[in-house]
Amino acid sequence: MTTTQALSQAISELKEERNYLNYPKGIWSWLTTFDHKRIGLMYLFSVLLFFFVGGVFALLLRFELISPGKDIVGPDTYNQLFTLHGAIMVFLFIIPGIPAALGNFVLPIMLGAKDVAFPRLNLLSFYVYIFGALFCLYSLITGGVDTGWTFYTPYSVETNTNVISMTLGVFILGFSSIFTGLNFIVTIHRLRAPGMTWFNMPLFLWGMYATSLIQVLATPVLAITLVLLILERIWGIGIFDPAMGGDPVLYQHFFWFYSHPAVYIMILPGMAIISELIATFSHKKIFGYRPIAFSSVAIALVSFIVWGHHMFTSGQSDLASMIFSFLTFLVGIPSGIKVFNWVATMYRGSLTFQAPMLYTHAFLALFTIGGLTGIYLGTLSVDVHLHDTYFVVAHFHYVMMGGTVMAFLGGLHYWWPKMFGRMYSETWATVAAALIFIGFNVTFFPQFIMGAQGMPRRYYTYIDQYQALHALSTYGTWILGVGFLIMAGYLIMSLINGKKAPKNPWLGLTLEWTTASPPPTENFIGNPRQLWGPYDYDKVLMDENGFVVFNPNVPKDDHHSNGANGQTHKREGKTTTMKQTV
Amino acid sequence: MNPFSMPVQASSHAGDIDTLFFFITDVALALFLLITVVSLAFLWLYRRKGRATFTSPISHNNRLEITWTIIPTILVFVVFFWGFRSYLDMQVIETDAMEIKVTGKKWFWAFDYPNGVNSVNELVVPEGKPLKFLISSEDVLHSFYIPAFRMKMDAVPNRYTAIGTRPTKQGTFDIFCAEYCGKSHSEMIGKVRVVSTTEYNKWLEESESGGNVSPAEFGAKLYISKACATCHSVDGSANTGPSWKGIYGTKRKLADGKEVLIDENYLRESMLDPNAKVAAGYQPVMPTYQGILKDKQIDALIAYIKSLK
Repeated sequence: MTTTQALSQAISELKEERNYLNYPKGIWSWLTTFDHKRIGLMYLFSVLLFFFVGGVFALLLRFELISPGKDIVGPDTYNQLFTLHGAIMVFLFIIPGIPAALGNFVLPIMLGAKDVAFPRLNLLSFYVYIFGALFCLYSLITGGVDTGWTFYTPYSVETNTNVISMTLGVFILGFSSIFTGLNFIVTIHRLRAPGMTWFNMPLFLWGMYATSLIQVLATPVLAITLVLLILERIWGIGIFDPAMGGDPVLYQHFFWFYSHPAVYIMILPGMAIISELIATFSHKKIFGYRPIAFSSVAIALVSFIVWGHHMFTSGQSDLASMIFSFLTFLVGIPSGIKVFNWVATMYRGSLTFQAPMLYTHAFLALFTIGGLTGIYLGTLSVDVHLHDTYFVVAHFHYVMMGGTVMAFLGGLHYWWPKMFGRMYSETWATVAAALIFIGFNVTFFPQFIMGAQGMPRRYYTYIDQYQALHALSTYGTWILGVGFLIMAGYLIMSLINGKKAPKNPWLGLTLEWTTASPPPTENFIGNPRQLWGPYDYDKVLMDENGFVVFNPNVPKDDHHSNGANGQTHKREGKTTTMKQTV
Repeated sequence: MNPFSMPVQASSHAGDIDTLFFFITDVALALFLLITVVSLAFLWLYRRKGRATFTSPISHNNRLEITWTIIPTILVFVVFFWGFRSYLDMQVIETDAMEIKVTGKKWFWAFDYPNGVNSVNELVVPEGKPLKFLISSEDVLHSFYIPAFRMKMDAVPNRYTAIGTRPTKQGTFDIFCAEYCGKSHSEMIGKVRVVSTTEYNKWLEESESGGNVSPAEFGAKLYISKACATCHSVDGSANTGPSWKGIYGTKRKLADGKEVLIDENYLRESMLDPNAKVAAGYQPVMPTYQGILKDKQIDALIAYIKSLK
C-alpha cells in the first residue's frame, strides 16, 4: 500500500469514528439500549417534546387572557389549558428534565464511570416515563382535566373531567423519578473514578445527589396521595369528604408534602449545572466548594419541613403557619449562599461569553429575583394578600423558568458538542438567548405587579383594571415563542451541518472533556483516573484537543490557595512542565 | 393607576402590610442590585483578553462566607417576626367584633348579618367597627379575598374559618374568590361597601323589608343583589339558566319530558329546590336559595318576574 493510500484509509476511518451514536446501528439497538448516553438522549427528545406541548398551552392560555371575556376559548377550555400546562410542564418536563435528560448523559462520564450502577433500571425508568406519559396523553385527548395541576379536593373529586387517567399517569411517572434517583445515589457512592473523593468531585454531582435524595424520599408520598384521590373518586372512601368526616385540607397537606420538596427536585439540578458553567466559563476555581456542596444537601433536607407555606390561608392553625414561615426563611439562606459563591467565582477569572455563560447570567439574575420574591410569600401577613394571586405565578415562573429552564438551556448548550459531536451557531444562540431573556421578563414581571394589585390566579376573565398588564404579559409570550423557535432552528441545523466539535471546546477540566465528542460507548478509552481537581484552573490547562499543561509556577501555599479537596500541594523545586495526552 | 401602587388601603392592618411589603422590596432591591452590579463589574473586568491561561487559586474565604450567611439570616428573621406579628393582628379577633357569616358556593358569596338579614355578592359593613368574618363553603374550596383590606381566608366545606379586620375607609372595593372552584371561578366577584354606621343601619333595615318600593321594584333590586342576573337574563338572551322574559303563565318543557305551568308555585319551588323541575336544555347547576331568600323577598321576585312581559 502506498503512503497516499494508507493516509486516505486512515482519514476515512477517522471521519467515521465509532461512537455511541453510530454504533450499534438500528432503531432496535436504541430501544433496547442499556447505554446511559442513549437513554439520556431518548429522554432529552421526550422532555423537549413535552416542553413544546406545555409551551403551546401556555401561549394559548395567555392569548385568551389578552383581554377580558372570551377571546378564543370558553371558561371550561381555559381551565383545562392552565391545568394541562401545569401538569405537563411539572411532571413531564421539569421534574425529569435535567436529571433524566442531561444527568443520565453526563453523570457517569463526569464520574469517570462506564455507565450508571444499574443500567437496566435506567432503561426501565425511561419506559415507565413513556408509559406514564401515555396515560397523561390519554387524559388529554379524552376530555382533559380542569382542576389545576394541584388537583385540590373537593373539586377534583366531583369534576367530570378525566382526573383518574391523569393522576394515574403522574403516579406512574413517579416511579420513573424514583428509579433515576436511586440509580444516581448508588452510582455516585460506588462508581467514582480512582482519585475522586467526595470533596473533589464536580459540584454537579453534589447537586444531582441532593436531588436524588429528594426524589427517592418524597415521590412515594405523592404516589399514595394520588391513589387516595383516585379511590375517593371511584368509591367515595371519604378521606377528603367533609360530609363523611373527612378533610379536604388533609389533601393539601399530603400533596404539598411531596410537591414542596419537588420544587427542589426542579431547582437543585439547575444549580448543579450553574456550578459547572460558572467555573468553566470563568476559567477559574469555584469559590466556596464546600459551602455550595453542603448547601445542596441542606436545601434537600430542609425542603421537607416547609410545605405548609402553601397553606397559610387554608384554615391551618396559626401555630403551624408560624412554624412553616420560620422554616421557610431558613431554606432560602443556602440558596443565597450559592448565588454569592457563584458570583465570587468570577473574581480574577478569565471570562468568555458563549451561550452557556449567557444562560448562566440569565439564571443568576432571574433566579435571584425569583428567590427574593419568595420572601414576600414566606412572610405570613404579606402572603395573606399575595396568596393565590399572580404574584405567586410570577414567583414560581421566575424560579422554575428563570432558574431551572435557563440552567437547562445552559447545560444543553454546554454538553451539546459532547453529546452530538457538533457545535451550534454561537450567533444565533446569542439572538435566541436575548429574545428568551427579554420575552421572559416581559411575560412575567408584570405579573408581580398584577398580583400585588390583587389579581387572582387561575382566572379565565378579569375586571378591566388589570387589562394593560395582562396584554403586556401576553406580548411577552410571543417574544419567548420566537426565541425558542430560533433555538430549535439552529440546534437542528447543528445536527445537520454543524462544525465538528473537539474534545474540549470550552477548555473545561471535568472528566467528560477528556474523552471524544461524541464519546465511545464505553465513555473512555481505558479506565480514567482523576489526575486533577475539577476546578484546578490555577494548576492545569487542557486545550481543545485534550492536551494538558501543568502550571510550572505552583501558587504559594497561602491561606486561600487550597485545592478543591483541601489538600495543599508541596511542589517546591519542580519547574518542568508536563505535556500529556489524555 | 400607578403600575407600582398597591390597592387602596381600606382596613386597619393594610398599612402595616404595605409597609412590610415595601421594606422587603427595599431589601430585595438592594441585594439584587448588589449582585447585579458586582456581576457586571466582574464581567467587564475579568473578560478574557487573549488566550486562556492559569487563573487565580482563590477558592474560598471563610470570613466572607460567614458574613454573607449571617447578614441575610438576620434580615429574614426581622421580616419573619414582623410578618408574624401583623399576621396575628388579623387572626386574633377583637372580642366585641361584629360577626358576619360568609358562605362561598359555586359561584357567589352569601353574607349573613347578625340581625338575620342576608345579601348576595354585596357585603355592606360599617366603617371603623371591628369585624369578624366567619367563613365556610357549601361545596368546594373557595377563598374570600378583599384586596383593599389585604385580607384572605379559604372557605372550606363543613368547617368554619375566621379572619378579622376593621374597615378604615368608606368606598366600594372588590371581593374575589381566590381558590379555583371550577367554571365560573373568575366570575365569583362581589363588592364590599364600607359605609357610615347610620347608613349601615338604614341598609340593614331596607334589605329586609324592601323599604317603600313596590314588590316588583324590590324584586328588580333583588334580581341583581341576589345574583340571579349571573345566570338568568331578562331580555330573552340565552345564558346558564332560562331567561325570565315573558315566562309567567306559559308552559315549560322539563328535562324529564313532562310539562309544567309557570305559576307562583313553580317559581317559588325553582328558587328553593331548583333541581326538582329542571327546564329542558339546561344543566342542574342552580344552587338553592333556601335560607338566603326571605318569604317577602321571594314574593318580590315573583312580582318582578310577572312584570317582565
